[in-house]
Amino acid sequence: MIRRKRKEFIKRLLLYVVIFLSSIIFALPFAWLVRSSFMETGQIFILPPEWIPKPFRWQNYPEALSVYPFGRYFLNNLTIVFLAELGTIITSTIAAFAFSRLRWKGRDTIFIILLTSLMVPYAVTLIPTFILWKTLKSIDTYRPLIVPAWFGGGMFNIFLLRQFFLTIPYELDEAAYIDGASPLQIIWRIIIPLSKPAILTIAIFTFMGVWGDVLGPVVYLNSPEKYTLAIGLANFVTTYVGQWNYLMAASLIVALPPLILFFIGQRFFVQGITLTGLRG
Amino acid sequence: MKKAEAKWGVLLALSGILGFILWNFGPMVASFVLAFTDWSLAGTPKFIGLTNFKELFVDFIFKKSLWVTFYFGIGSVIASGITAFLTALLLNQSIRLKSLFRTLFFLPAIVPAIANAVIWLWLFNPTFGLLNSLLQRLRFPTLNWIYDEYQVIPSLILMSAWQMGYIMVIFLAGLQGVPQQLYEAVEVSGGNWWHKFRYITIPMMTPTFFFQTVIGLIWALQGFVQPYVMTAGGPNYASTFIVFYIYQNAFRYGKMGYACGISIIFFLIVLGLTLILFKTSSFWVYYEAERGR
Repeated sequence: MIRRKRKEFIKRLLLYVVIFLSSIIFALPFAWLVRSSFMETGQIFILPPEWIPKPFRWQNYPEALSVYPFGRYFLNNLTIVFLAELGTIITSTIAAFAFSRLRWKGRDTIFIILLTSLMVPYAVTLIPTFILWKTLKSIDTYRPLIVPAWFGGGMFNIFLLRQFFLTIPYELDEAAYIDGASPLQIIWRIIIPLSKPAILTIAIFTFMGVWGDVLGPVVYLNSPEKYTLAIGLANFVTTYVGQWNYLMAASLIVALPPLILFFIGQRFFVQGITLTGLRG
Repeated sequence: MKKAEAKWGVLLALSGILGFILWNFGPMVASFVLAFTDWSLAGTPKFIGLTNFKELFVDFIFKKSLWVTFYFGIGSVIASGITAFLTALLLNQSIRLKSLFRTLFFLPAIVPAIANAVIWLWLFNPTFGLLNSLLQRLRFPTLNWIYDEYQVIPSLILMSAWQMGYIMVIFLAGLQGVPQQLYEAVEVSGGNWWHKFRYITIPMMTPTFFFQTVIGLIWALQGFVQPYVMTAGGPNYASTFIVFYIYQNAFRYGKMGYACGISIIFFLIVLGLTLILFKTSSFWVYYEAERGR
């Protein structure tokens, strides 16, 4: 009996050791980024790595922001994300409602056709889309990065919301229709209040996708003052090779908002992935 | 009511349908047409028949980029799939601090790709990077990582395995969906952990594996940040992923028609691969309902 207990104990201990060590492997590189962002460049690359910044250079942050206009880029990012978020949430909610709770001819066929867009790589449509924006004189504006979000916000989001809407009892809609409500009122009064987790999920996914996007801004933006954080950082990597401490601080500035959002909305995030089996 | 409902349905679905036509279907058709033209954005597109494809056929960078893209894509799906499955198995045990561990495993997947690239530029650095200093410690020969023609893709696969968080969460949900009675049944008939794993966990997970292989592959084949930020497509084009090559042709060399030709071939290959995966799925995916008939 005691021997069996002991065996069980050793097994559990081993499990914890394995899970602890492997989770460290996954988190360590990021921890390195954080501590480097407070160091002098010289200390960053000392091997074996030192973990306490000495001296503690919090100034890396304001200095990185002034050497390179990361503050400006931060605001640019916020503008794009905010407007894209708004479009995605509004139009994908409405479209998902039409594909799940209204009956109309051809609905399911059209839905499946629309779903095929999930299989089309972004790069395949990139060039004609670029030409379209060029003829609309919208290169070097934020329109190409924002306007598409106002057209359904992408099939992934419509799909996710539709899956969620299907779980809401239809009797609620019926009762509202009898009271003379219109579909828009039903979306506003019934669907949205009941779907907050799903809507938050697509909001988080959209944020992650837009915030860190590299290809879109690289293709569409030319003027340095319009750059986003991601391109700013990409250029910084190639031009300021020596200033690793600023680079680290800037990287952390880019990484922080998604991280904060993840910690706040972790539950919704995990739910969203498991609901669809897809990533954002 | 019926008629009004149909009207509302079409009206409210319109944003999604228009979005599909404007940003997917339309551009796809246009890509197909432009692939047969010579166009540098200035002037008008000139129809040149199959010339672009003939050129692609002998373009060694294109062929190499196809090869490295698929080498990376398949390697990344396998490596990150295995990593994700192992971590999901760990997290599926009854342990304390589960959400803390899950967050740590997931961390690399939330950090934007560009910031991850900065981190890995250090890890891979041959002179002051962590990986080489570890190898030195263990008295192994050091590597050149992304700065070597033959090591660059394995290095990027390693990096992608580290970012497997999304797949792990999906696998974890799959594991939690396996009915507990099945495991109990194995215990009753005297099976051990291996029997449970081999005859319950693995078969019950195959639909999840399958789905993840398809989605993960389509995803991994679209790598752009790695060549753009980390390797510039080198050394010797060994990491010129197809999307990066499309970008270079279209926006650096101004060869729009040629770039469309590449993207069409890329699309057809992705489509073909997806179809093959679906066709062969019945050989290795176990669907409960199908067998249960």
